[in-house]
Amino acid sequence: MKDVKIYTENLSVFFDYIQALNNVSIQIKANRVTSIIGPSGCGKTSFLRTLNRMNDLMHGFKMKGEVKIDGVDIYDDNIDVVNLRKLVGMVFQKSNLFPKSVYENLIFAPKLNNIKDKNKLDEIVERSCTQASIWDEIKDRLNDNALNLSAGQQQRLCIARALSVNPDVLLMDEPASALDPISTSRIEELIFELKKDYTILVVTHNMQQAARISDFTAFFYLGQLVEFEKTTKIFTNPSNKQTEDYITGRFG
Amino acid sequence: MDTQSPYAKKISKRFRAKEKLIKYFFFLNGFVTVLLILLIFLFLLKESFAGYTDFNLSEYFFTEKTLADGSTEKIFEWFPTSEDQRLSIVPLILGTLLTAIPATIISTMLGVFVGIYLSEIAGSRLREILKPIIELFAGIPTVVLGFFMLVVGATYFQDVFFTTSRLNAILAAVGLSFIIIPIIATLTEEALRSIPLELRMASYSLGATKWQTISRVIIPTAVSGISAGIILGFGRAVGETMIVLMASGNAAELTLDVFRSVRTMTATIAAELGEVSAGSQHYFALFFIGTVLFIGTFLLNLIAELIINKMRKKIRF
Repeated sequence: MKDVKIYTENLSVFFDYIQALNNVSIQIKANRVTSIIGPSGCGKTSFLRTLNRMNDLMHGFKMKGEVKIDGVDIYDDNIDVVNLRKLVGMVFQKSNLFPKSVYENLIFAPKLNNIKDKNKLDEIVERSCTQASIWDEIKDRLNDNALNLSAGQQQRLCIARALSVNPDVLLMDEPASALDPISTSRIEELIFELKKDYTILVVTHNMQQAARISDFTAFFYLGQLVEFEKTTKIFTNPSNKQTEDYITGRFG
Repeated sequence: MDTQSPYAKKISKRFRAKEKLIKYFFFLNGFVTVLLILLIFLFLLKESFAGYTDFNLSEYFFTEKTLADGSTEKIFEWFPTSEDQRLSIVPLILGTLLTAIPATIISTMLGVFVGIYLSEIAGSRLREILKPIIELFAGIPTVVLGFFMLVVGATYFQDVFFTTSRLNAILAAVGLSFIIIPIIATLTEEALRSIPLELRMASYSLGATKWQTISRVIIPTAVSGISAGIILGFGRAVGETMIVLMASGNAAELTLDVFRSVRTMTATIAAELGEVSAGSQHYFALFFIGTVLFIGTFLLNLIAELIINKMRKKIRF
């Protein structure tokens, strides 16, 4: 399939002797939003972190199987993890801005790529903030400490920061779970906007959110991919009993 | 209130003697500690400013000598037992700085790197072995370190640097480093490890390498904690007695040359207080040195504490 962006085949992940993922095979389409749902501890975050190899930093991480992005095996020995992470951006559950100014947060990643020209940096800052629809709010506060922004603004600034390196894929690990409903809906609108340019994976605990924002939904349970379908199908007519029980709130 | 109702009885105030007792017991302990420090300070103050009849406070800093042509010259000398007594503590302050500052510089260079290594580079198993060993250094009795510098260190030192004085400020500074490196190293390590995992994750997820994460995120965030460690290390160097008493040569010279013998404030008190006649001007002068040391180290510790508090507020995660 041409529009498959991320492809895994029999992916299993272990942390020491604990198995976090068990034979996950999935094909995630480009320029679509894919939600990953499932109860706590089902391997959602482990799956997400396998895709930008953040799991490499975890103690006792081992994996089996295949993970391909754009047809390239990202666990190949020739892959540079640092450069991979520039193409696969990540937004975390809790905003984790650096205790520096808004501007410095946004130019952190471009500077890693040796971009030093002030005009170019300014351009990147404006572009990524506009994409994250936060430019109007912070264009006059670029020199403020980033930690003085509101929680919702901080999270959108984290998204802007992730976009500052021009990634292909955006991984979001419960990006709105710590936010109020208004900030949450802003993030959701933003995700909808961003899928034009990016392939987005969102881990969420919020079923309504998954239904609202995503084109595809993957249901994980006990490390296994139980069902992966179009969101409309999964929420109206799931083919698996476990999926149905989880979505209707019978467990989870 | 209707005190007769069963509900009011149930929730009415009770006197809990044990709770009160425990509260006062802990308060008393804290209070006694603070009181003792306060009393020590008051005693120092009282002793250092007692006995001024024909003595001017400025004589603790310089004495004026009339020259042959009638003009006067300020002299800074510590000759407490001479007929013509001179009690300037200036050479002693210089001696303290000449040992403490090089010691802090040496220890900062080594200690900060050791701290970075322990916190960021060494694996957890290696850290669990190395950290106690480094902390053990701080536990070596200082008299042993002083003895080592006096007997072994001094000889090698003279062979390498051809110093005029066998015992000198820089030798004492090296001895001091043994106890200050662990202080700076452990405080650096703690400051770095207090940086939340989320910040490291943010850096790695943006495509930073390990060294870029250390140098651009972790160290800048922890810089105040590291500087607090350096200040505390300096405070310890100023207050340390045994090593400087044994290795610095103890000549109260007015010099800025670290390769010459110096005499520190602490060593002066330790060496002279046992032999001074109580109530003499020399005796009061020694207490005055004590007061200066007390205030100096107190201020250093206070500054370090303030910096650490400020850092905690900065990384509010």
